[in-house]
Amino acid sequence: MSPTATTSAVEPTAKKEKAAKPDLRFKRLDITMKRQQYAPDALIEVLHVAQEAFGFLEEDVLQYVAHGLKLPLSKVYGVATFYHLFSLKPNGAHTCVVCMGTACYVKGGDKVVEKLQAELGIELGETTPDGKVSLMAARCLGACGIAPAVVFDGTVGGKLSPEEAVAKVKVWEGEG
Amino acid sequence: MDLQELKAVAQAEQERQKSVRVHCCTSTGCRAADAMGIYGNLKQAVTDHNLEDRVEVVGVGCMGFCGRGPLVQVDPDELLYEEVTPDQAASIIEAMDGGTAQPIQGDVNHPFFARQMRVVREYSGKIDPERIEEYIAVGGYESLHKAIYEMTPAEVVDQISKSGLRGRGGGGYPTGLKWATVAKMPEGQKYIICNGDEGDPGAFMDRSILESDPHLVLEGMAIAGYAVGANHGYIYVRAEYPLAIARLQKGIQQAKKYGLLGSQIFESPFDFKIDIRIGAGAFVCGEETALIQSIEGGRGNPIPRPPYPAQKGLYDCPTLINNVETLANITAIIRNGADWYSSIGTDNSKGTKIFALTGKIRNNGLIEVPMGISLRQIVEEMGGGVPDGEVKAVQTGGPSGGCIPRSMLDTPVDYDSLRKVGSMMGSGGMVVMDDSTSMVGISQFYMEFCRGETCGKCVPCRTGTVQLYAMLTKILKRQATKDDLAKMEALCEMVRDTSLCGLGQTAPNPVLSTLKYFREEYEELLIEPEYLSDLNGKEAPQEVNA
Ligand SMILES: Cc1cc2nc3c(=O)[nH]c(=O)nc-3n(C[C@H](O)[C@H](O)[C@H](O)COP(=O)(O)O)c2cc1C
Ligand code: SF4
Ligand code: FES
Ligand code: FES
Repeated sequence: MSPTATTSAVEPTAKKEKAAKPDLRFKRLDITMKRQQYAPDALIEVLHVAQEAFGFLEEDVLQYVAHGLKLPLSKVYGVATFYHLFSLKPNGAHTCVVCMGTACYVKGGDKVVEKLQAELGIELGETTPDGKVSLMAARCLGACGIAPAVVFDGTVGGKLSPEEAVAKVKVWEGEG
Repeated sequence: MDLQELKAVAQAEQERQKSVRVHCCTSTGCRAADAMGIYGNLKQAVTDHNLEDRVEVVGVGCMGFCGRGPLVQVDPDELLYEEVTPDQAASIIEAMDGGTAQPIQGDVNHPFFARQMRVVREYSGKIDPERIEEYIAVGGYESLHKAIYEMTPAEVVDQISKSGLRGRGGGGYPTGLKWATVAKMPEGQKYIICNGDEGDPGAFMDRSILESDPHLVLEGMAIAGYAVGANHGYIYVRAEYPLAIARLQKGIQQAKKYGLLGSQIFESPFDFKIDIRIGAGAFVCGEETALIQSIEGGRGNPIPRPPYPAQKGLYDCPTLINNVETLANITAIIRNGADWYSSIGTDNSKGTKIFALTGKIRNNGLIEVPMGISLRQIVEEMGGGVPDGEVKAVQTGGPSGGCIPRSMLDTPVDYDSLRKVGSMMGSGGMVVMDDSTSMVGISQFYMEFCRGETCGKCVPCRTGTVQLYAMLTKILKRQATKDDLAKMEALCEMVRDTSLCGLGQTAPNPVLSTLKYFREEYEELLIEPEYLSDLNGKEAPQEVNA
């Protein structure tokens, strides 16, 4: 899918790709950086856009941003690794984010996680070997009134039993 | 825009509004149970029954009783419907036309609602957060006008000081004092920052304010800007709150269009613009110096204070940082005066506070109550107690707070009383626990949180939280001795006393407070040291391994 997904060469291959075939995703980065007037303090904003466009932050994307904002790569890397939401690895086709906040924990969020881990055969923070589902944890979704809460591909589900959560994930497993 | 024009907008909106308003919650909690489907079906039903000229369906913010959501309320009759499903929605409209409504009827006089005092949440769940006109129709932006035209900046600061308002972000620092400090700094570039990071797990009042009444915060920020001499504000919202961000964006655009934000507000010389900054998932960024680093595009590492942000903050300029709920109190204080505000609450904690009442409790949701109400009133009367068994403890203040045992439920809820019993107000999370909850488990849970969220800059916090987590795990696995417990307590004190920022300084609180009130739970899990020495060289028996 991604022309940049398999490389980690020092020379940013993405740029070469760009010369050959304009990659709209880099264009989007350009537009964002330009709108921020290439200000170095727009780094987090730009990384958000980059992650949305590419799905994760690969090294050549980080290099591209560093170059655009005239920042050392170490700084860009330092910021990208500091924040939990930035991911340097690709995610699965679907994401299941379980809330591990206090309200959810007290109402059995830990049981939901256990059951999902068992069903998917992976730990929190991992992606199934077929690349289909990523299982992640969130600190608190702010939907504590309906704890325990899980986000399935961006849609929040509340008051979930472990079985209900597994049922939602099973739908994805059946696909394709 | 001048005052007359503002009033004209208000009047036009009041005339536009239909006599019957069907309020459908469209906030995050209810959305999780398809509130948007309900909203669509309600609208369709109004059309189907030709009721458009007297009935309108309004997508509103959170009504507070999120645990019973999705909620729909028909006003002015005050008919409340709970746990509505999309296929029941039409029957609510049909009931106005001779049919019967299917969903469960709620009670607007339920203690959950009746005991509340709504200042900040006055219009939450009553107005459409995506239309500035609805906010203006209930008196919105009049306080900003009043501040600019009827008060000097010093008078505004004075009112906030006299009101006794204290920061709602956790520390409880007097807001007026903070404003006065920034106002006193020499003229020049100054900033306002609204802290909408809300990292405390179990708290969602800031999110709800931003989703339900975004202009309340924007107006509060503008008034703060006028008072301290700042023309630029940033609102830092965590990325986990996409709906809040979208509604703020819309709100800022609408306010700009009406000339209520931007340059020459109300045709006065006062300029104030607001930008949004989005977090990226780091609890420590709620700490003010870390938040400033984050807005500047860096890693959110706290830095030692002084200098305080009020003196040297964002881009080294004097900066006022306030929490969302703090700023959401400002318009009411300007409108009704400091005396009115300080008549609410206790001697040292004025006004109301919003709590997120969650956990093992019958009635889940957001409540706004006057300071000084007892924990018992909140948990037993408003919350309806725990569904089975008894209340064991109430955790307040999140990772910085502590657990208050059942025997202390009569503690009044205010900054000083909570501190006295070893907990904290924090941002207002209130998680109720019943007899099935292990207190050692809860400590381990919070330590896991702090271990994962420490920024790693200073050693006591970085390694201390890891060690404390390991020690708690050892206790839970029944592998620890009395000695280990003593070591853990000593380490708690060390981490508390030597960490650089609030995260490390308060990380041991949940452990210390559970040790204080539930020590026997820890002790029950300990093993005898002799037993361990007996094991020398031998294989550990089964139970020890479990
Ligand atoms: C680790 C840590 C996290 C914090 N998180 C938040 C937060 O999410 N929201 C908030 O308003 N304040 C948070 N605070 C408190 C802020 O640093 C600051 O005191 C507050 O925003 C000031 O506003 P106030 O005076 O209106 O309360 C946090 C503090 C620490 C030490
Ligand atoms: S106390 Fe913890 S979070 Fe705060 S600066 Fe030190 S390491 Fe970072
Ligand atoms: S604790 Fe899970 S949504 Fe807040
Ligand atoms: S989210 Fe709907 S009532 Fe709170």
